[in-house]
Amino acid sequence: MGYTLAEKIIMKNTGKKSVTPGELLNVNVDRVMVHDIFAPFVVEKFKEMGFEKVWNPDKIVFVYDHLVPTSFIEDFRHHKIGDDFAREQNIKAVHRSDGVCHQLMPELRYVVPGQVVFGTDSHTTTYGAIGAFSTGIGYTEMAAIFGTGELWIKVPPTLKFNINGDLPKGVYAKDIILRILGDIGADGATYKAMEFSGSTIDGLSISSRMTLSNMAVEAGAKVGVIAPDEKTFAFSGVDGKEYQDLKSDHDAKYEKIFTYDASSLQPVVACPSNVDNISDVKALYGTKIDQGFIGSCTNGRLEDLEIAAEILKGRKIAPFTRLIVTPASRSIYAEAAKKGIIGILVEAGAIMNPPSCGLCCGRSGGIVSDGEKVIATNNRNFLGRMGSPKSEIFLASPATVAAAVLEGKIVDPRKYL
Amino acid sequence: MNRKFTGRVWKLGDDIDTDIIIPTQFLALKSVEDMKRYAFYPLRPRLPELINPGDIIVAGKNFGCGSSREQAPEIIAALKVGCIIAKSYARIFYRNAFNNGLLLLENEELYDCCGEGDEVSVNLESSKVSLGKKAFKVSSIPRDLLKMVEAGGLVPFMRERNGK
Repeated sequence: MGYTLAEKIIMKNTGKKSVTPGELLNVNVDRVMVHDIFAPFVVEKFKEMGFEKVWNPDKIVFVYDHLVPTSFIEDFRHHKIGDDFAREQNIKAVHRSDGVCHQLMPELRYVVPGQVVFGTDSHTTTYGAIGAFSTGIGYTEMAAIFGTGELWIKVPPTLKFNINGDLPKGVYAKDIILRILGDIGADGATYKAMEFSGSTIDGLSISSRMTLSNMAVEAGAKVGVIAPDEKTFAFSGVDGKEYQDLKSDHDAKYEKIFTYDASSLQPVVACPSNVDNISDVKALYGTKIDQGFIGSCTNGRLEDLEIAAEILKGRKIAPFTRLIVTPASRSIYAEAAKKGIIGILVEAGAIMNPPSCGLCCGRSGGIVSDGEKVIATNNRNFLGRMGSPKSEIFLASPATVAAAVLEGKIVDPRKYL
Repeated sequence: MNRKFTGRVWKLGDDIDTDIIIPTQFLALKSVEDMKRYAFYPLRPRLPELINPGDIIVAGKNFGCGSSREQAPEIIAALKVGCIIAKSYARIFYRNAFNNGLLLLENEELYDCCGEGDEVSVNLESSKVSLGKKAFKVSSIPRDLLKMVEAGGLVPFMRERNGK
């Protein structure tokens, strides 16, 4: 009997010869990530549990990204507690202003294909894009991992999303995942693995694949996996020969298979205030926009900034409209600057925020007020997420956001491509 | 924890996400006690002062979707809510709730039958909740998980493991 990719990673981790969806078992943790906003709670719970030493300081990564740069006097407490704990426990991987955790973990190769990784952020599903089994947990479970190096999981059943064909111009990975969320709903994959495959996925860059895996959690998924290929091995700097078996067997058992023809996909938008409230961009034509946001662990990568720059080059954003751009990491920021992309964005009217979570978590730079409408590339449009509960958030691809800020209203991005 | 109890209902809808339960703006406050007054702030800002210990939250599907922020179940536990009875839960929230000693029960029908302010009785022994004369089955809680809730969550459980 064959196994799915998610099952095979679990089997590799545990050494088990077989696993079944629904089975509870302990996995050995290959790497963990804690971000600043939860660091004090992890440390507190770790001590309350009676632990003194972490199981392995080299497997722990701290990333400060939600409170970077600090916006309130009290924010520093989080960084200080993180720093003090890192010194005390000899944890060397502490990133104080290098970018969003989910960009840094794969980019800096803290996570590679086949690993089992947990993070204190729900979008830890992102690393499924490079063939890792990774998911978000709370700070109490993280404290328990710090002490023991293991965590129980329930083997998830897998939903397969088979996507084939060429994406039309102006349609991106973000449109694919929003379409899927609209189809299966915000609870459509609760406690399940989502697996993306097919010729469209093969053709996507690692960055685009990360957009898909990042948002798997928006359907409630435990992981959003993609089998690693040559692109993945090059990105992760590993020898592909060791990972040839890291893909679903041809006779793997899926709970359900969904099939998409990429050529039929359109640019779409998630309307307030649910990620699965999906509409074709055309149906929203003319919706007034006060602010655009390009960034976050979903769509703050170099290719996203490039797509926006292609549309904004030589143009100005509309009067009474703002555009906030937040590169996902320091290296992306530097690369975009070298390529002249930052200049194009700024000349068009963008405000650059430093690499961080930025506006996505409603904690810094660009908070919106009552009655304002935002179109953004991040992963959630929940009520009040970017500031006032009386604001409205629309989610879309970087191209759709760039086109919207040019006109101060939602338009079809294809007219600028 | 009592295995039989009665509570007054507060009704919330489908997809009550973690940003509604506690927005990011309040996540860096020093303690859960500081945070709990902002529970459900975007949706119903006065709710924390109205909830009495032992009250029951009844909700639709996918309760707790979104973030891994454990403050979400922790502040509901800090408001001393007796339990939540929803049609379904998001997985990270589900684990976080039990790890904090917050009891979650699942039932598809109760939400559509009850009104806010109604009294609901919970019987964990028989895995039933009742509203007036109507009884509803809830999925039984695995014994180990119930033990952890009764112990107050994962922290005391680990303390015991570590002989503290």
